[in-house]
Amino acid sequence: MPRPHGGKLVNRVLEGKEKERALAEAEELEKLQVSRDLASDLESIARGVYSPIEGFLTSQELENILHRKRLSSDLPWTMPIILNAPERQVKTIKEGDALALFFEAQPLALMQIEEKYVFNREDIAKRTYGTVDSAHPGVAKIGQLGSTFFAGKISLIDALKSPYDRYKLSPMETRILFREKGWRTVVGFQTRNPPHLGHEYVQKTALTFVDGVFINPVIGRKKRGDFKDGVILEAYDTLIKNYYLKDRAVMSILPYEMKYAGPREAVHHAIIRKNFGCTHFIVGRDHAGVGNYYRPYAAQKIFEEFPDLGISPLFFKSFFHCRRCGGITHEKACPHSEKEHITFSGTKIRAIFESEELPPKELMRPEVAQIIAKHSNPFVE
Amino acid sequence: MTESEKTTKRKKFTTISIPTPLFKKVKERIKGTGFTSVSSYVTYVLREIVAEKEEEEEPFTKEDEERVKARLRALGYID
Repeated sequence: MPRPHGGKLVNRVLEGKEKERALAEAEELEKLQVSRDLASDLESIARGVYSPIEGFLTSQELENILHRKRLSSDLPWTMPIILNAPERQVKTIKEGDALALFFEAQPLALMQIEEKYVFNREDIAKRTYGTVDSAHPGVAKIGQLGSTFFAGKISLIDALKSPYDRYKLSPMETRILFREKGWRTVVGFQTRNPPHLGHEYVQKTALTFVDGVFINPVIGRKKRGDFKDGVILEAYDTLIKNYYLKDRAVMSILPYEMKYAGPREAVHHAIIRKNFGCTHFIVGRDHAGVGNYYRPYAAQKIFEEFPDLGISPLFFKSFFHCRRCGGITHEKACPHSEKEHITFSGTKIRAIFESEELPPKELMRPEVAQIIAKHSNPFVE
Repeated sequence: MTESEKTTKRKKFTTISIPTPLFKKVKERIKGTGFTSVSSYVTYVLREIVAEKEEEEEPFTKEDEERVKARLRALGYID
């Protein structure tokens, strides 16, 4: 099993008396409201999902990441983890202050301000997303921020509760789980959709040369028309129960909001899975992409820059069903014309459910399709 | 490159010596590859070697292990 990124799992979750003290302190301190997205980041920092990051980045680290895709320790890191200062608090909060971070009325974490700095938002957007086009969802989000940021370590009081907490495991838990299962090699698979047969074949192909597969759906704010979190989890539960060996597949969720940063985010996702204890990570052709902002396979090519990442990316070509082959195959194995192919398009599958029909068994396992269909509306509104 | 960029670069990079014939061989080898300089190639190779040498994972405490295993059992992940 690989060591966590940076050598040690971060744990900044307060417990027992420390937590009680922090809860009381949170009521006294200057309060800063954070979004649901940032609340997920706080939890990931505290539980070691983002190891070795222990808080929101300083200007120096942010610059390193944007310009070199590395922390000052030379460790690969590609995504900015930053805390924007709300306009009304820019002047009142200063370096050295302690803050309480809240989501609505819930105290989430305490934070000591190590640095307060101004940073060029366009530079953040351009280097992270490769564009400054405000139509890009990540760029649009940066555009809504002010230009002042707070840096400092955080201590988690409580994470946001979700209806799916029983599916949530920390990196320490997955590492112990993998060891209990006797897995020395584990492939991580990220998803934000219910599984079609293409997903299953990618996972099972990877499983031919590792000990176990770690299915890690991203749970959090989604776009209108995306499948609901509960639907995705039920669909995977059904697939695993019916089509996977019990001791070869594990599913747990990742509370996380997609940033759509394409190549940079693909590396970030790999680092997250390394912290969970994976030795391999499946990277798709357009991993974490949106629109036409990234070239096909750019999310795979970026891994060439990181010989020291400590997790091996696995690159797959797209799988499809071939009528002539009579099963699932891919472009390196199937000699038949495209006319014989049925591709696994998420858009196509969504359209089938929207018309209240079931996808054919060549696209999706019937048990999985039925579980999705039993929801009167499986989509985010 | 501005003066401040030069200063930053000086702080983040250092110079090492390698034999000149080796330097020349590397320079030949990287022609037509994505490497833009001998330095970037040497950095790449060293990063790869240093990462390979990372030690085995540190063990968790017995208390952590027991607590985690109890939760994993309760959630049905292990028997």
